[in-house]
Amino acid sequence: MSAVAVAPRPTSYTTSQVSTWSWLLTEDHKRIAILYTITITLMFFVGGVAATLMRLELLTPEGDLVSSAAYNRLFTIHGVIMVWFFLIPSIPNTLGNFLVPMMIGARDLAFPKLNLASWYIYLFGAGFTLWAIVNGGVDTGWTFYTPYSTHSSTTHVVSTTLRIFILGFSSILTGLNVIVTIHTMRAPGMTWSRLPLFIWSTYATSLILVLATPVLAITLVLVATERILRVGIFDPALGGDPLLYQHLFWFYSHPAVYIMILPGMGVISELIAAFARKRVFGYGFVAASSIAIAVLGFLVWGHHMFTAGISVHAALIFSLLSYLVAVPSAIKVFNWTATLYGGSISFETPLLYALAFIGLFVIGGLTGLFLAALAVDVHVQDTYFVVAHFHYIMVGGMVTAYMGGLHYWWPKITGRMYPELWGKLAALTIFVGFNLTFFPQYIVGYLGMPRRYHIYPPEFQVLNVMSTAGASILAVGYLLPLVYLLWSLRWGKEAGPNPWGAPGLEWQTSSPLPAHNFEVTPIVRHGPYEYPDRRVIGDPSGRRQSVAEGTDGD
Amino acid sequence: MATEASMVRSRPAPAEQFDDLEQQHQAATFGMWLFLITEVMLFGGMFTAYTWYRFLYPAGFAEGSRHMDLVLGGANTVVLIVSSLTMALAVHATQTGARRALGRLLGATILLGLVFLGIKAVEYWQHYQEQLVPGIRFSFDGPLSHQVELFFLFYFMMTGIHAVHLTIGVGIVSVLLVMARRGKFSPAAHDPIEVTGLYWHFVDVVWIFLLPLLYLFGLG
Repeated sequence: MSAVAVAPRPTSYTTSQVSTWSWLLTEDHKRIAILYTITITLMFFVGGVAATLMRLELLTPEGDLVSSAAYNRLFTIHGVIMVWFFLIPSIPNTLGNFLVPMMIGARDLAFPKLNLASWYIYLFGAGFTLWAIVNGGVDTGWTFYTPYSTHSSTTHVVSTTLRIFILGFSSILTGLNVIVTIHTMRAPGMTWSRLPLFIWSTYATSLILVLATPVLAITLVLVATERILRVGIFDPALGGDPLLYQHLFWFYSHPAVYIMILPGMGVISELIAAFARKRVFGYGFVAASSIAIAVLGFLVWGHHMFTAGISVHAALIFSLLSYLVAVPSAIKVFNWTATLYGGSISFETPLLYALAFIGLFVIGGLTGLFLAALAVDVHVQDTYFVVAHFHYIMVGGMVTAYMGGLHYWWPKITGRMYPELWGKLAALTIFVGFNLTFFPQYIVGYLGMPRRYHIYPPEFQVLNVMSTAGASILAVGYLLPLVYLLWSLRWGKEAGPNPWGAPGLEWQTSSPLPAHNFEVTPIVRHGPYEYPDRRVIGDPSGRRQSVAEGTDGD
Repeated sequence: MATEASMVRSRPAPAEQFDDLEQQHQAATFGMWLFLITEVMLFGGMFTAYTWYRFLYPAGFAEGSRHMDLVLGGANTVVLIVSSLTMALAVHATQTGARRALGRLLGATILLGLVFLGIKAVEYWQHYQEQLVPGIRFSFDGPLSHQVELFFLFYFMMTGIHAVHLTIGVGIVSVLLVMARRGKFSPAAHDPIEVTGLYWHFVDVVWIFLLPLLYLFGLG
């Protein structure tokens, strides 16, 4: 392995400077990615604690653990933190931050200072949100529906909305940085048709971040204004229109749902290619479908409002457009499975996550079609069916992809391998725990159990107990990687530059990366999935040596 | 000292992450255009809400609009358009290396921005005296009271957020003025001025939309 390492070995980005300030004031996209990883992991576990308390409360039909008011705060905290402080920044700001310059052959993002600023804005928003939670929390749900949020709720609505307003700038800066970088900083020969699919999906995500987040920002300003000044922007008693709030909110929040899945799809494309050791089938379609999802995502927000009192004609059109989103999503799923067909597959942890993603995403996507159908939606609106649907996409989809990507690029990020056996065990635990948690929720929702209540009729108890049992398994599944990934930082096997034998640009450097990514700007001569040597397929160790060819650029 | 510094200046180097100045220039201008698109979406959300309520309550919004001071609003429009001219000339001056003109033009832009904010403050004071500030000092008799209040709420939010943008613009141009005095710009390296110019023009264009929406609507 040492024979293929680039000599003399350049100083890696983790050891080039070691003081705390060199991390806190860094403008290196790789270090900022790590700062983001640490903070979003913290927030993930805070959101997870809220979910755990909810599941414990729902173990029995009575309200015996928390009061209804406390339960309202719990699901609001869980939603706000998981959506804005974990899912939206998850892949774009960690893996995206780390990989975008690497994958296009650049030394950094276009605006490194803005990148750092984005992390500090995030930190500020996260810190004050935690403060609001400790001081009583918010009970409006993550959607802040008016007029409850503006006139009835007695909790920290103003401070929370303003924090999310501030956090929005972190999203906008990230999206802007990524788009400019991809447009202006590609290495020579890195044409648009040679971009890795992860770049395409991150690009599509960034478009949404840039176009949708400002609308959320101004909407939350309107809510805060109404609350502070006690005037009636959305209050029907004072001439306001509460539906307008829902329109504005979902104009952001529906595209935001795609912020929470598109980067995951990009990761899966990379994983499937790497572990089938094959070019992605239908590259152009997979790339274009990311853009199509981003564009269609802006046209379907009304499907959140079928029962809110919009006109039948509007509902019909929104329903039809929502069906259309299934087309590019299905293109991706078919192309991933077609890529696996005839590939030389090796079942390592990242591929397990990728396969789990495909299965769970299909279930989540198909139940999305149920919800897009007007008549069915009237039946299941605001039940656990909806909860199960979006958890299949966001947790089964995005979090699974994030975990898969984290394992896949872990050797590049840290220079160490994660322990394979533990990795597989955790992937399996998460898969089993996840399905046991959320599949019963489809059933209990279809039977009529509404979301956001801390009590329920006794006949739903069996399904709820299953769900809580699954959540316990899921919690173990998420704690395991936390332990063994940290363990591997010190005791993991040295990974070498390219443990997966992948041809992408990021693998043609030492691990962990040199401080400036590439000593010489690489010249790109082929696409990202050209596997030149298929003889390494049967490597019995399950790990592959780097193919020396192409490691040194010219 | 001075000559040494100016020699360093004459051969500007791109930032570490860029290959050359051309790439840096492209990234800077493209980045600003993208940022302005996010600004369009920000104001767009407010314009949408305003338009919806104006559609619901034409009478109340026309009534509110009649309380606008057309003379002050018109004067402010002229002030802002002239400031766009001085800003555009400042970009031209830095491209041609006219350093002294650059300083004067940036100074004029700042001054015009401040005049605009001053006139806006006078208008706000008048609304305050007429008790037309929702949530703080508002009283309006008659059945249109809630509608007029909504109009003024949007009036203050839209012009207020516009004024915040203009204040930020004045701040940035002031920094540019100091940098220009120190000779930081040359025909080869003037991205900050060009990019700020884009921002300044955008803020002006927003006002060009605000004027008919808020001031001229009640004339018909």
